[in-house]
Amino acid sequence: MKKSIDLINERVRDGNARVVTADDMPGIVAELGEEQALREVDVVTTGTFGAMCSSGAFFNFGHAEPPIRMERIWLNDVEAYGGLAAVDTYIGATQQSTTRVDQYGGAHVIEDFIAGKSVELRAMSRGTDCYPRRTITTDLLLEHLNQAIMCNPRNAYQRYNAAINTTDRVLHTYMGMLLPNSGNITFSGAGVLNPLSNDPKLRMIGSGVPIFLGGAQGMVVGEGTQHSPAGGYGTLMVTGNMKEMSQDYVRAATMQGYGVTLYMGVGIPIPVVDLDVVRSTAVRDEDISVDLLDYGVPSRNRPTIRKVNYAELRSGLVEINGEEIRTSSLSSYRKAKDVARTLKSWVEQGKMTLVLPTRALNPETRAKPMHESVHGPRVLDIMDKRVVSVGETEEIRAAAQKLLKGETNHLPVINNNGLLVGIVTTYDISKAVANPGKATLVRDIMKKKVVTTTQDEPVDIAVQKLERHNISAMPVVDKDMHVVAMLTAIDLGKLIGGRWLK
Amino acid sequence: MKLLVNFSRKAGQKPIIAQVVKETGVLINVERAIIDSSEGEALIDIPDESCKIVKEKMASLGATVRVLEHGIILDETECVDCGACVSVCPHEVFYLDDQWAVRVREGRCVLCGRCMDACPHHALYHKEDI
Repeated sequence: MKKSIDLINERVRDGNARVVTADDMPGIVAELGEEQALREVDVVTTGTFGAMCSSGAFFNFGHAEPPIRMERIWLNDVEAYGGLAAVDTYIGATQQSTTRVDQYGGAHVIEDFIAGKSVELRAMSRGTDCYPRRTITTDLLLEHLNQAIMCNPRNAYQRYNAAINTTDRVLHTYMGMLLPNSGNITFSGAGVLNPLSNDPKLRMIGSGVPIFLGGAQGMVVGEGTQHSPAGGYGTLMVTGNMKEMSQDYVRAATMQGYGVTLYMGVGIPIPVVDLDVVRSTAVRDEDISVDLLDYGVPSRNRPTIRKVNYAELRSGLVEINGEEIRTSSLSSYRKAKDVARTLKSWVEQGKMTLVLPTRALNPETRAKPMHESVHGPRVLDIMDKRVVSVGETEEIRAAAQKLLKGETNHLPVINNNGLLVGIVTTYDISKAVANPGKATLVRDIMKKKVVTTTQDEPVDIAVQKLERHNISAMPVVDKDMHVVAMLTAIDLGKLIGGRWLK
Repeated sequence: MKLLVNFSRKAGQKPIIAQVVKETGVLINVERAIIDSSEGEALIDIPDESCKIVKEKMASLGATVRVLEHGIILDETECVDCGACVSVCPHEVFYLDDQWAVRVREGRCVLCGRCMDACPHHALYHKEDI
């Protein structure tokens, strides 16, 4: 059996359509069976509400007198794009204020406009014959703009990996605050209610499909950036009229230590035209798995601790190696339900009819990593290969002589097998000399916890280590802990002017 | 009842809390304490009926004592009920109710402030901050 979109829309217009939210669909299918569910249910509404960093809006301000062709533009001190000519701009949600940094950004400008607040526009231009004006400052309300069109390049992620932190310090990430030593788990996404998870083959969701966007009736433009549905990580580019949006579903936020982001409510109605739609909308939280990634590893390829599904994540506790770890959602499930319910009422009241995609999205796409023609500097590009080390059983005096002779402030300490076991600095030795005690050997005064790097480590990561530990040098070791070089703050000077490229 | 006790430099040398416990017999639960060489602050929990005697004794030993009326407060107009606060709180102050709304068990709060950093929407604050 099949049901045509026209039949469904006829029922919507007559106010007779049976509309259910996606979280109710698994139960309905279990109770009625697939065939009966197809007969009875016309539309399934989905919803999600969470941080969607890749969001923003186009504005047209209308022309000033005399007119200006704006080249650099700020809204409440948040820079907006100045390459769209005359009085158009695009403001990105994560762009931060030049004055209030991470406490205010593009997302806040968008929310303030929607909330009816006044926003200050400042712009500059070099002035032309046709656009003589060079500067402008004016306070604007949303109603003063000709257009305020939200257009978000990457929204409504199908699912998102969960995060954990195995290091011994707190991490501040776009996945929120991650406590040390696997102290908590954070996740994002609406699971059973997520739009793309209810249509993973992208049969009903595609270009031109009407959606709920921030409280307005918006539309799917097409595939989102980084769209990767082959691996279960589809995204959507969406658009909607900001003037019809509500602050209830558009909220600026700051992830501490990461920056500004925008929480968006997005929902999509899915017409139940055939059994495949019944099956895909019967998806449950426990059917949707994501990787739990260790954000303690500062790499694109973060190690997966285990797979977790949304039922586990939402239960509040996830077990890892026999230990129960508490979870935090960063997206709001209550708001996601609110979006799906509001969308349900729109369809029930005939305010929104359904449309099949005018252009299908490719369900086989897989996003590629960046092609890097020039790799960033690695430790081996700038490290100092002249290593002066000292044995752990040598006398402190011998270490002092080596420091002087080697013109260095840091001496890696090695054991009889030539492996790194500690480090001594001029400070440690001065202290030992100034306060002579029982210590006579290097191993008595060395620091045993040594921060190290490797030849292949990107310099940016090594610099983070130096900063974090407030040190100015560290040994470069191989996998067996032989010291192959030293990396000191002085070596970082080689980065200036690209000298590391040779 | 929670009391916020501040020790001055001079009093910092003396074992005030221990002395109060000894002299009053009230069992004091120290929930949070920052004490360095010059000053100290401790958040203590005591039975309500012992409040007066503990306060007076602490004051006589040179500490300043303030009754803590409120724990962390949730601003419902800013909160979107995400739950970012839930897993970072060391005292399990926050939970999601059956409607998936964030709820606060204020009495458990020791005002460590960690949730304020974790909240993406600046929806959590101390009463004293406003």
